[in-house]
Amino acid sequence: MARKLYELAHSRAGDKGDVLMLSLIPYEEEMYEKLREQVTADRVKSHLNHIVKGDVIRYEMPNISALQFVCQGALLGGVTTSLGMDTHGKTLSYALLEMEVDL
Amino acid sequence: MLRIGSGAGFSGDRIEPAIELAEKGKLDYLVLECLAERTIALAQKRKKADVMLGYDPLLEKRIRSLLPALLKNNVRLVTNMGAANPIGGAQKIIEIAEELGLKVKVAAVTGDDVLPYVFENADSLLFNPELFETASILSANAYMGVSEIVPALETGADVIITGRVADPSLFLAPMIHHFGWSVDDYDLMAKGTVIGHLLECAGQLTGGYFADPKKKDVNGLAYLGFPLAEVQSDGSALLTKVPGTGGTLTLRTVKEQLLYEVMDPSSYITPDVVADFTTVSLREDREDRILLTGGRGKERPAQLKVSVGYDAGFIGEGEITYAGENAYGRAELAGAIVKERISRNYDEFKVDYIGAISGHRGSFGHQVNPYEVRLRVAGKTFEEDKAQRIGEEVEALYTNGPAGGGGARKFVNEVIGIVSTMVPRTVINAAIKVMEVGQNGKETV
Repeated sequence: MARKLYELAHSRAGDKGDVLMLSLIPYEEEMYEKLREQVTADRVKSHLNHIVKGDVIRYEMPNISALQFVCQGALLGGVTTSLGMDTHGKTLSYALLEMEVDL
Repeated sequence: MLRIGSGAGFSGDRIEPAIELAEKGKLDYLVLECLAERTIALAQKRKKADVMLGYDPLLEKRIRSLLPALLKNNVRLVTNMGAANPIGGAQKIIEIAEELGLKVKVAAVTGDDVLPYVFENADSLLFNPELFETASILSANAYMGVSEIVPALETGADVIITGRVADPSLFLAPMIHHFGWSVDDYDLMAKGTVIGHLLECAGQLTGGYFADPKKKDVNGLAYLGFPLAEVQSDGSALLTKVPGTGGTLTLRTVKEQLLYEVMDPSSYITPDVVADFTTVSLREDREDRILLTGGRGKERPAQLKVSVGYDAGFIGEGEITYAGENAYGRAELAGAIVKERISRNYDEFKVDYIGAISGHRGSFGHQVNPYEVRLRVAGKTFEEDKAQRIGEEVEALYTNGPAGGGGARKFVNEVIGIVSTMVPRTVINAAIKVMEVGQNGKETV
């Protein structure tokens, strides 16, 4: 059954230059393993294809049951000089949560 | 045990939570982190206009409201509100104390300004020197760390004011000073850095930037209280907040903040240590109390990061709202008209439809049919009058565009770009200046 990440997990976006970081934290720690299997760096890269121009690297944090996605080339050239409405990409945590997983 | 509170997470942060912490937090230290990447370049510009300025614009307001409670309760203040002028900031604090009849000792930490070095070595230091052919460098500040802050604490000053230092170092320095930790004990440096990293954005740890109604509810967000840590000599800590304040401190809020702005959780680099966040453990003790243990570290980096601020021209913007039937269609027509009229004159030009697809640059399959849409047009240029033209063209849509547009606004903002580079530690020339005011009037050491 397809479920939106929004139902299963929460996220906060961060920024450094043109790099966007997105955490993915399941509400229930038992869900961590399922998310780790399904929410791969490749899938995130294709989900955010129109936003992230560079690579996506995923870091696993089993100690707190969370994943961290580091997305290169995601902020229209960088926070300080971007013409975008949301220069920091702060709203993009909810773009990640739009992704669907199969449970 | 050491109690450290976090009273500001950015330069424009609310002041009330810091007052609550100073009055009721039973703190040893209050830290105010007020310096974003761009803030210091803006401060440098203010200093150029007036050499007495260049410290945080809200310094006076914050110090005036906090200093009496801090001194009364014997809470030392550590802050980076010095921005581009820590000595000017210290002088201002002395002036305020004198006016309020308070006795205070202030230590200003300088040395982060490496602009002359960066000017001389721009070709080798800057990744893209061509960026600066049409632009000019405004500021270059190295991220200093605990090695530069701890000596200021040793002077016994009530207030320590710095310019650019790594944010977690503002918190780690008091721990080193209090517990006598060796700066070569990288595990302790990492533990203290994790605590500092969690505290540095203040309300973001206690339920700020977290709420999502019915999904992630936070009580009393209007009266959000800021966090404090009870740090033990082994580097473990209890994270909590002043009882009775709004907000919430849970495993969920702490996890979000632990990963916030982290490029590589296994190697979080500061001037003091390379900390491994994958070795940290969190446990909920009881309501609004999270226990933090673990954390490993590796040797601090040989070089220091420098943020270089440069003049990147102007961004001009114009906005206008369309509402009702076919609002999006009318907004799109308006956007196309402005684009056709002026876009060729700009280095970069962007049209956004606020309320439709502007934030996420798409809608992930959601049907977008908003009842109202705000058109926003933006362009970048080095000529200020050209930047102004954008808002004027959007305003002209009133009589030269589609039906029913309203609420036009126009803005022009200077753009300060930031690039990073690395410099050897030897480039910084850290110094401490102590100033005092008391019963015998002003004196400088």
